[in-house]
Amino acid sequence: MNPKLTRRRFIKGVIASGVAVSSTSLWYSARGQSRPPGAVERMIRINVNGQTRTVDVAPNETLASTLRYKLSLTGTKLGCNRGECGACTVLIDDVPNYACSILTHSVKDQRIETVEGLESPNGDLHPVQQAFIEELSPQCGYCTPGQIMSAVGLLRANPNPTRDDVRHGLSGNICRCGAYESYIRGVLRAAEIG
Amino acid sequence: MAYMHIGKDFVPPDVPGKVTGRIKYAEDYARDGMAYVRLLTSPMPHARVVDIDASEALAMDGVYGILTADDVYPDGEQNSTGLKVLTNEPTLIGEPILAVAAVDEKTAENALQRIAVTFERLDFALDPLDSMQPGGPNAYNGGNTFVFREGFARYEWSRDQVTAFRNGAEPTAEPQTTWAYGDLDAALAASTFVYESTFTTAGYPHMSMEPRSAMAYWENGKCYVHGSSQSLSPVAEGMAQIVGCPIEDFIFINEATGGGFGQKARPNSIPSMAIPAKMSQKINRPVMMRISREEELLIGGARVGFQGWIKVGFRPDGRMAALDLYIVQDNGGKGGGGDHSSAADAISMLYQTEAVRFRGAGIGTNTGHRGAQRGPGQNQIAPIIAPIIDMAAQELGLDRLAIRRINAVDEGDTHGPSRSPVTSAYMEEAIAHAEQAFNFSERITRSRQRNGTKITGIGIGQGYHDAGRSGMDGIVRLTPDGRLKIHNGVGNLGTFSYASTSRAAAEVLKMDWDQCDVVTGRTDRHVPMTSPQDGSNSIFTNTRTNWGAAHDLLAKMKDIAAMDLGGQPDDYDIDGSRIFRTANPSVGMTYAQVAQRGIELGGRFSGQEYPEEMDAFSKLSVDRLAGSGLIGVFNDPRHNGTPPGLCVAMMEIELDTETGKYDIKEVVNIADCGTVVHPQGLDNQLRGGASWGIGLAGFERHLYDPQNGLPASTGYWQSKIPTMLDVGRETLTGGVDLPDPENPVGARGVGEPAMGSVAAALASALWDATEGHLFNTAPVTTDMIVNHYAGTSESAKGLAQNNFRG
Repeated sequence: MNPKLTRRRFIKGVIASGVAVSSTSLWYSARGQSRPPGAVERMIRINVNGQTRTVDVAPNETLASTLRYKLSLTGTKLGCNRGECGACTVLIDDVPNYACSILTHSVKDQRIETVEGLESPNGDLHPVQQAFIEELSPQCGYCTPGQIMSAVGLLRANPNPTRDDVRHGLSGNICRCGAYESYIRGVLRAAEIG
Repeated sequence: MAYMHIGKDFVPPDVPGKVTGRIKYAEDYARDGMAYVRLLTSPMPHARVVDIDASEALAMDGVYGILTADDVYPDGEQNSTGLKVLTNEPTLIGEPILAVAAVDEKTAENALQRIAVTFERLDFALDPLDSMQPGGPNAYNGGNTFVFREGFARYEWSRDQVTAFRNGAEPTAEPQTTWAYGDLDAALAASTFVYESTFTTAGYPHMSMEPRSAMAYWENGKCYVHGSSQSLSPVAEGMAQIVGCPIEDFIFINEATGGGFGQKARPNSIPSMAIPAKMSQKINRPVMMRISREEELLIGGARVGFQGWIKVGFRPDGRMAALDLYIVQDNGGKGGGGDHSSAADAISMLYQTEAVRFRGAGIGTNTGHRGAQRGPGQNQIAPIIAPIIDMAAQELGLDRLAIRRINAVDEGDTHGPSRSPVTSAYMEEAIAHAEQAFNFSERITRSRQRNGTKITGIGIGQGYHDAGRSGMDGIVRLTPDGRLKIHNGVGNLGTFSYASTSRAAAEVLKMDWDQCDVVTGRTDRHVPMTSPQDGSNSIFTNTRTNWGAAHDLLAKMKDIAAMDLGGQPDDYDIDGSRIFRTANPSVGMTYAQVAQRGIELGGRFSGQEYPEEMDAFSKLSVDRLAGSGLIGVFNDPRHNGTPPGLCVAMMEIELDTETGKYDIKEVVNIADCGTVVHPQGLDNQLRGGASWGIGLAGFERHLYDPQNGLPASTGYWQSKIPTMLDVGRETLTGGVDLPDPENPVGARGVGEPAMGSVAAALASALWDATEGHLFNTAPVTTDMIVNHYAGTSESAKGLAQNNFRG
């Protein structure tokens, strides 16, 4: 994960935005269809999967909420919504981050990539996606988008990882099905595919 | 036998959607005008709702309505330990009391703050043994246990009996339930090594990645529910009853489920999914109910924990002669099960014990819901019995593999109180396979080798679960475009069995897989009734049904060919999507042509007639498919015997005696699950089971504050499950791949034993690394290991349940 984006920094960001910190307000602020009473929202532009998107974002809104509930990019999953599981992992300037623990306002000048953005325009899958199919890496699939984004981030930083590099690179992504070995093999195969 | 599809890898049709993010889980759906539900849950472990005043909340802008237990159960709640949709009598923290629907979740949350609920606080229990003492607290309103067909009751031991048990003595109280076979006294008398001890295992939470969120709406008199379930047709049928909707008007949609390991298999363990359906009916809007991680942990369920006493006797040659087992199981605030009995049955199966006595009791505690979850009893006992077998080998001067070979279940063996025969069993072959894959002879030389503060341990474990059912239905359909539609009611829980079991039909009809469509994901696609996807049964149960339905289709094809082309049905054969005369292959019909003829002929050929024995749900599906193709239907007769899912695991660990931490070097997990239907799917089950087994034996548990009954573990952080760094540097898998005679393709299930084997292997490796110390508990946590090496007590309170032992 990006060492600069810690839970502490996230909380500080929320406080700086002038909104009281509570788990429910963090989670639900973006989920409804109307604005929460008293909240100040504003239109911002964010770069998601190479496209600039204009979106109405509450001050305390997490990136995961914006992606899922404002931009309909539901490939980014919420497993815990509190920085424990990694199902919501996206890339921010090529670095894997938990989207549930990032304020959307804090990334408006950065490049955001989700699992939906990995396919090429002609429909070719990213090597990680292709390798994960060949190795049958997913089981239930709920953690898979997060595993994929961590793997893509790892391979961009380290195109030829060892097995141990992969284990550590994806260690922030929990899989309750226990498909870890299948994911490791998938990442190593993706590195071969290049 | 050479197969076209069985034993071959393939890409299940949902996998591309899983790697692109396109496949949708329940919470990914939305409807125009959708309202959002938030739940008011019990803040107390045991209470009674005295009054609810929601007038202020209902007057708020944006609030659409409230749903309470009185709405769901107008005639009163059923007197049972089953989870309720909503309740006025909560027996665990987090149990849903009421739901509020509003324009958005924030408004719903604010509304909850304005609802005044008056609770009557009741005594609560966290430890079954505390509850069983005279004057101990009752987890339920009416007792501390539930007796089938009788209701709540009080079950007690004397204070001395509880104290003696906590201090390690054999329980002397009358059990609630018991069974036995063989002459136990004689078997013990013939034993030269007898081991006796108390033990405990912790309840371990379900913790699927996808919380059990659901969305529902009513349209033209039909109820549509998007849910998170590991089963499709069985959950739909039960959920329709809970919602109060006729099954013909109820549509359950479940393309994918983000993890289901038992607790999402049946409607009675996920009744909360009815909340949005009932609310939608009340407020006439689509309703989304998102469940948080904390809510998921509290209502998402767990396996029961054990407080037990075990006595095992071995003959001089290593044969397990006697087992005497007494288990008090923690049934939690809701649910329960027969885990304690299954634990004894598992030992009986795996080690072919000559004489067994089981005694047990199930006691409620005001902790999480307990019920179905990967290995009901077989897996909890696996890490307890494995090191005892190691100890026996050591004391009898036997090789640790040899003692397992001596006791291995084999063809013709029986198990349990009914002495039911196995359909087949190849445990010795599985041991040999694991021995080779693990390179056991080389690795065992490292046993107990020291490297500074570190010491190597080698572990061996075995797992079992009865892995197959029958009596279900199959439906296949050949359409005029020449494609085979395999209608499958199996849920998509991540095992890919919905697809792999469908390949049995393609096999019968010799069809290329790309000419087949698996029709599943929602019940208005007309799927047959299957057994729920629990108990490791799917691969056995549903290859039988799909095989049978395809054979019915094949027979009808031959009938049509004989009618139209002359001769007798037996004169015809199939290949290349054609049916033709065996003696003259140029005379024949394409599958597309025969499908069209089936529609024209109608009657039994096109779904207007079907076996009376089929389930009503399946009949409804066939009725709705009638006339759309040549239809094959099948009601599966019962099979004979127990199809055992069996696994053998081996593990090498390096234990740091100063920190109590250990590094898992390698895990080997080998299955005896009959014919391997889908090799990659089997690998996944064995790897996943390994992860679960490490969690069970190493660190998963429920922790509660004894003063207030508050859960201390409400997320992945506080209730850690294995991560990629916890499961070993490499996990090797494989299957014996010998066919079972009770299944047409020779398959048996494997999901659950794959966990027990590795839990046992880890416990066995810890026994080895600690140079023969028996912890008699699961999980064995680092604090216990440190205490062991420090020479301090590993357990401040004997057999503590739902709390730290030390």
